[in-house]
Amino acid sequence: MTHLPRRSVLAGLAAGSALALSPIRFASAQTSAPVKLGFQLHRTGIGAGYGRWYERVALGALARVNAEGGINGRPVEIVFEDDGTDPKRGAEVVEKLTTRHGCDMIFGPLFSHVVIGSAPRAAELKVPYLVCSEGYHVAAGMTNRWTLQPGITDVRAQVSAMAPWVTQNLGKKVTMVFPDYAFGHDHRDFFSEAVAAQGGEVIAKIAIPPTETSFTRYFPQIPTDTDVLYHVMVGPSVLTFVKELGEFYGSGARPQIFGFIDSLEGVDLASPGLDFLNGSHFWEGQCRNKQPDAPDYETAYRAAVGVDDNGASLSDARDVSTYSHMFSVWETLSVIKKGMEASGYQSTADRQKFVEAVEAMTTFEAGLDHVQGAKTFNGKTHQAFGQQFISRVEGGKLIRVHTTELEDGLYPDEVDYTAQSF
Amino acid sequence: MGTGPLLLLASLEGLVMAAVLALAAVGLSLTFGVMRVVNVAHGEFYMLGAVLAWAVAQFVPSAPMGFVAALIFAPLAVGALAWLTDTALLKRLNYNPESTIVATIGLSYLLQQGALSFFGPDARAVQAPFELRLQFPWFGYSGYKLFVIAAALAVLAAVWWILSRSRAGLVMRATQVDRNTARAFGINVDRVYAGTFALGAGLAALAAVLIVPISQAHYLMGHDPLLLSFIVVIIGGLGSLRGTLIAALIIGLSDGILSMLYPPTLAKILATLVVALVLVFRPQGLFGAKA
Amino acid sequence: MRPALLHIGVLAALVAAGFLLPAYQHGMLARILVMAVFAMGYNLAFGYTGLLSLGHALHFCAGMMATGLAMRHGLAAGPALILGLAAGTATAMLTGLLALRTAGVSFMIVTLMFAQAFHLTLLYYGGFTGGDEGFPLPSAARRLFGLDLTQAGPRYAVALALFAAGLLAQWALVRSRFGRSMIAMRENEERSRMLGYNPFTTKLAALALSGLYSGAAGAAYGLLFGYVGASFGTSQYSILPLLYVLLGGAGTTLGPLLGAGLMAWLIDAASSLTDSPLAVIGITLIVLVLFAPKGILGTLREKGLKWLP
Repeated sequence: MTHLPRRSVLAGLAAGSALALSPIRFASAQTSAPVKLGFQLHRTGIGAGYGRWYERVALGALARVNAEGGINGRPVEIVFEDDGTDPKRGAEVVEKLTTRHGCDMIFGPLFSHVVIGSAPRAAELKVPYLVCSEGYHVAAGMTNRWTLQPGITDVRAQVSAMAPWVTQNLGKKVTMVFPDYAFGHDHRDFFSEAVAAQGGEVIAKIAIPPTETSFTRYFPQIPTDTDVLYHVMVGPSVLTFVKELGEFYGSGARPQIFGFIDSLEGVDLASPGLDFLNGSHFWEGQCRNKQPDAPDYETAYRAAVGVDDNGASLSDARDVSTYSHMFSVWETLSVIKKGMEASGYQSTADRQKFVEAVEAMTTFEAGLDHVQGAKTFNGKTHQAFGQQFISRVEGGKLIRVHTTELEDGLYPDEVDYTAQSF
Repeated sequence: MGTGPLLLLASLEGLVMAAVLALAAVGLSLTFGVMRVVNVAHGEFYMLGAVLAWAVAQFVPSAPMGFVAALIFAPLAVGALAWLTDTALLKRLNYNPESTIVATIGLSYLLQQGALSFFGPDARAVQAPFELRLQFPWFGYSGYKLFVIAAALAVLAAVWWILSRSRAGLVMRATQVDRNTARAFGINVDRVYAGTFALGAGLAALAAVLIVPISQAHYLMGHDPLLLSFIVVIIGGLGSLRGTLIAALIIGLSDGILSMLYPPTLAKILATLVVALVLVFRPQGLFGAKA
Repeated sequence: MRPALLHIGVLAALVAAGFLLPAYQHGMLARILVMAVFAMGYNLAFGYTGLLSLGHALHFCAGMMATGLAMRHGLAAGPALILGLAAGTATAMLTGLLALRTAGVSFMIVTLMFAQAFHLTLLYYGGFTGGDEGFPLPSAARRLFGLDLTQAGPRYAVALALFAAGLLAQWALVRSRFGRSMIAMRENEERSRMLGYNPFTTKLAALALSGLYSGAAGAAYGLLFGYVGASFGTSQYSILPLLYVLLGGAGTTLGPLLGAGLMAWLIDAASSLTDSPLAVIGITLIVLVLFAPKGILGTLREKGLKWLP
């Protein structure tokens, strides 16, 4: 007898009650055994703030898929395993989900080092590994044929798509503040390149050490002729960074401020000390505050994952979601469903057919399957590309001021996974 | 920005960092000095203080009242927990150094999990008791940070007074020198140890309440203060309050200056190595008595 | 006689396990064996010589990085592995030369600081080392003695071979004259000095051996599981071998394996059965230290099995 994690039992119950309430029958399937999906979850460790929301979105998406008849006529269940946001444990979790729980495929990780540490094992076990990470590692060729990122645009494309609007609307002389590790370096390299292409210039690059918890002393390095201050920070100290930036400029003159919402993902913009952000701009993967023209499917998505119009939990208004990233979990499950249906997936013997089916996909229509918006999918690089948003902070709310085109972030292919063997 | 203002900012930041270091370290210095045990959970007591400060603030309507309430409640709660830890755990281990390390590692896992389960994984901001932004011609600065410097001095002075002027301090020092003789003179060594451990943990919580308005409460925040406290305590010399203060000043100020001369991450590496080398060539610390 | 039988029995059981275990446990045991080598290295320093280091992640990660980077630049797995052993030994000797001027808590802190500086250095030169993200090792290059290490069977065989070599060498070592001088350092340094031992060279040699084991484990871990990254240099990986050794029994030859195995099983079970894996680990450590302070094998040895090696 295998012990199931409590959460997956809950998920199963949720799925079961959805079945009981709806007239759907899973009769058409050759087997009625559930499709088993493994979820590599950052439940503890540095990624726990994201992990909690990824789990909620996964459960919301699961309930929807089951209410609509499951996959290939079979009910779906998700097995969650904590990876501690650690690459070593991450690889072990991939093994456990595959060889012990017998999952058909695995999805869900966000942090880059976990993805890169786990991907080799996924390839060895020949199990599809669908990541929700926004990292550039998939499209850069660091992973393998079994690793795909169909649910979220990668950092390189996000960053490149921002540059035209920033240089045209905020200014051409940019100073960048970023964490001194791979995620920050991707921002540094690709944004600098994109700004230069627009005739602008990055005049200073301030790399913050990864262990830093106090930031004021780095601010004097921001040149006084800076037009735009570009910031992207991650981790629990981000709020300190933003607050100290506010204290530093105080009531004095300051450049335009453009940030990646990663700096404040999961943080209430009404937190003490953040009022100075009023009038500054943010990249958003999906608009946290519901916009007036929000389509119906986004409203349905918010309800399904338990998020209100401000992007906070329905049960606790102070519990702000990771709204710009977590849609990737929802959309990845949609892609899993489509891929399994397109490949006629029946059992783990069809895993390769599944990967080939996803590689053959080219576009995703906006709708309840793809709530963040329409996307193109590049089967060669295993990477999806969607539109991005720029929002302005007004009275503690993020108001969208610009939507990028899909083409804005595209770049030449760096890898062709379809040429690799399985 | 010119050199003058730059230097001003660097020294302000250095002083604040020194204050933070001294506050975080003073409790550890105390338990370390008196009991000769390494409390790996010191950082988690600190974290608990910060998280409790956030929790208290949720129940109190105004920021200054919440701050005062946390200032009273958090150290008492954490101190009580530490008292319990000492009597139920450390005493039974007879303060064996290695066992104590394992036990306090275990305790820190427990405390982290507790904070994660009860308060969640998010970084929580706590409002400062007063909002004061000093505007210099070149830059703005948080008035609360200056208050933290003053508070650190006050806390250190109070601990110094307790140790050197009060009866409790006398008893603690006597136990530190020789616990068997102390026992022979009728001192209840068990109570002294429990009290010292509770006081050390309470000081960590107090430090956290003071510092959390300029950083945030987060369940993984205990790691850095633990490390920094150890460094300060050892460089300063075991159980030497004056050493703790001066070590905090040296590390705080030099960290600020190094980070202006070198790329920040390189500065961190250099600072870490410098501390290690100080320990290598002056293992008794700068102010500890020669062994 | 009984110790010899015990060692042979354990190794035989491990060989049998390689054929009998289901896929998941099989893979997990391969990881445990490599981590047990790391723990044996730690045991040489801490369990036998009494040197409580909090910086062994440095040697483990140095071994892993040296092997990984060499392979990334085209070196074959065999020579790269040797490089990993050398890196573990060299870092242990270099830091040991300085850190051994201190003792006790200062030694703990100094080793911890060196490991911290090393970890930051890996991040700072991220362009070369892969930084925090790390990098996968190309599957094609992961071949040793003609064995394809991306396959479960050969991977287990190599892990077991490394462990067996480490275990037997450790056993021989602690029974040797040098092993007795190591233990003399732990028991009473002053007395051993009067008996004519040189504490500094003895301890340095013990540290170097410890680094060799740690580097070997790190190198093998990267090679066998295909990923190399700076996260293996964080302080968590300095605490782990300490926990393994304390759990299994410091100064016992089989304690590291037992500790690594139990800990892995515990973490695995905790993450499946509860939402609170950290609490389970915490409670286990506390229970252990209260009721079996010398670790499992250490307590058994005290309670009657005096022959336990």
